[in-house]
Amino acid sequence: MSTVSETTHDSAVALTVPSSPDDGLPAAELARKYGLAVSGARPSLAEYARQLWERRHFIVAFSRAKLTAQYSQAKLGQVWQVATPLLNAVVYYFIFGVMMDQKRSLPTNTYIPFLVTGVFVFTFTQSSAMAGVRAIAGNLGLVRALHFPRAALPISFALQQLQQLLYSMVVLALVLVACGHMPSMAWLMIVPVLALQFLFNTGLALILARAGSKTPDLAQLLPFLLRTWMYASGVMYSLVDNLKRTHASQWVIDLLGANPAAVYIDLMRYALIDDYGAKHLPPHVWLLAVGWAVVIGVGGFVYFWKAEEKYGRG
Amino acid sequence: MAEQIIPQGAERVPTVIAEDVHIVYRVYGGNTGRGSATAALNRIVRRQPSAGAREVHAVKGVSFTAYRGQAIGLIGSNGSGKSTLLKAIAGLLPTERGKVYTDGQPSLLGVNAALMNDLTGEKNVMLGGLAMGMSREQIRERYQDIVDFSGINEKGDFITLPMRTYSSGMAARLRFSIAAAKDHDVLMIDEALATGDRAFQKRSEERIRELRKEAGTVFLVSHNNKSIRDTCDRVLWLERGELLMDGPTDEVVRAYEKETAR
Repeated sequence: MSTVSETTHDSAVALTVPSSPDDGLPAAELARKYGLAVSGARPSLAEYARQLWERRHFIVAFSRAKLTAQYSQAKLGQVWQVATPLLNAVVYYFIFGVMMDQKRSLPTNTYIPFLVTGVFVFTFTQSSAMAGVRAIAGNLGLVRALHFPRAALPISFALQQLQQLLYSMVVLALVLVACGHMPSMAWLMIVPVLALQFLFNTGLALILARAGSKTPDLAQLLPFLLRTWMYASGVMYSLVDNLKRTHASQWVIDLLGANPAAVYIDLMRYALIDDYGAKHLPPHVWLLAVGWAVVIGVGGFVYFWKAEEKYGRG
Repeated sequence: MAEQIIPQGAERVPTVIAEDVHIVYRVYGGNTGRGSATAALNRIVRRQPSAGAREVHAVKGVSFTAYRGQAIGLIGSNGSGKSTLLKAIAGLLPTERGKVYTDGQPSLLGVNAALMNDLTGEKNVMLGGLAMGMSREQIRERYQDIVDFSGINEKGDFITLPMRTYSSGMAARLRFSIAAAKDHDVLMIDEALATGDRAFQKRSEERIRELRKEAGTVFLVSHNNKSIRDTCDRVLWLERGELLMDGPTDEVVRAYEKETAR
């Protein structure tokens, strides 16, 4: 210490201190001595989860802000939150209910809520996937300007879609009552179903966010994949009944019935519609619902974390 | 006895260590080949994704150590690698060779860093603060300071309008104000001050001095030698990706001015 004092003057010291115990120390050791870390390195999974938890207020606030900003340029504003899903349901009813007459296997007052439930529940997954694929690529400014765990973005977008779905659920409840399906205790079952589907959607958004940040072309391709998925999930018609009618083999029925979107849609219909009985559900339906949610939810988080240091680069 | 003569220089705590940093950009689409869809498909089929990719060696072996309480200016002509170096320090660009060690997470503040354009300034302040890890109470406490500092409301109630309605100068000022609201260990400012008017530049310089006092390190990229002189005590001069000079502000800026005057 005293060796330093002899040569220091008060102004230019910070730059020209001639001898310090650190002199000649290799950079790596100097860094270790003062606890410096390699810039942009990825934290451990536990540390990452902790950082993410610290940003929970950001995640919630960001999803709300995006939700309200969504229709801020429209004159009707927030009315579109409810009007969009309603119009969607009307269009699908016109095409599949009236023109293609899919409703012959179900009575009309069952077919309408059947269709509306399917459309809303699938839209929840579909829009989470679409938002996820652009979560990083579409927010590069934010990613490059501020430091936060990047998983906050896809999670926030999935949360935004959940809030959007809650608006749709109000429409759905009205449709149900209008078709003579009165609220019952079975309706409470939608809470665990929605929770599981949200976990699944979040995992899906995380996976697509990583893929989309590396290959932005995916945003162009995804709508086609999602549309194919929608037709394979029995949104507008009863998938199992239709397959049985065409004498498809049992493994095809089981395979398509185990598709996560179909599982969540069928569980929701089972909960909400009186005469949509358990015979429409695939075997082990709850196991499938939990399994998909845990595998995609946890797997997606780990997969996203693996590339944490690469987002927003280049 | 030692205590009273040892000034800030004695306990020098490094905050950023750059060790022989090389950065290479790979630029796609900079090729002169055919740009049609069939040509692109052909490249993909033949598995030549890097066809036409060109390498730009932007930073070539830069080493330095920055200490707590320093304000370091980066000067050099356009394209000399200043912004690239800052991005590497912030951990936003991978280094080709060499390593950058930092204390905590450096924050880079550039002119082009957009926040959320479809949201109001108010929401941007809130979300920016939350994203940086501030609590709601902290933001509420500092909210008025941030808005006053940015000077957004000097010409009417602009803070409640979406950010897309702001002029580029206003947006840059608000971004700087949000980022400067938090005490950063290492803050890097890339020409962000150039966009503001004189009054805002004065306030920013003051804030930079405050940040330094709060034991942080500030990097400043600017083409304005006066603002470098006013805020920095050390300057790195980069030219063609190489560190040409590293020393006290007066010395380096004088040499730089002599070089550019010719």
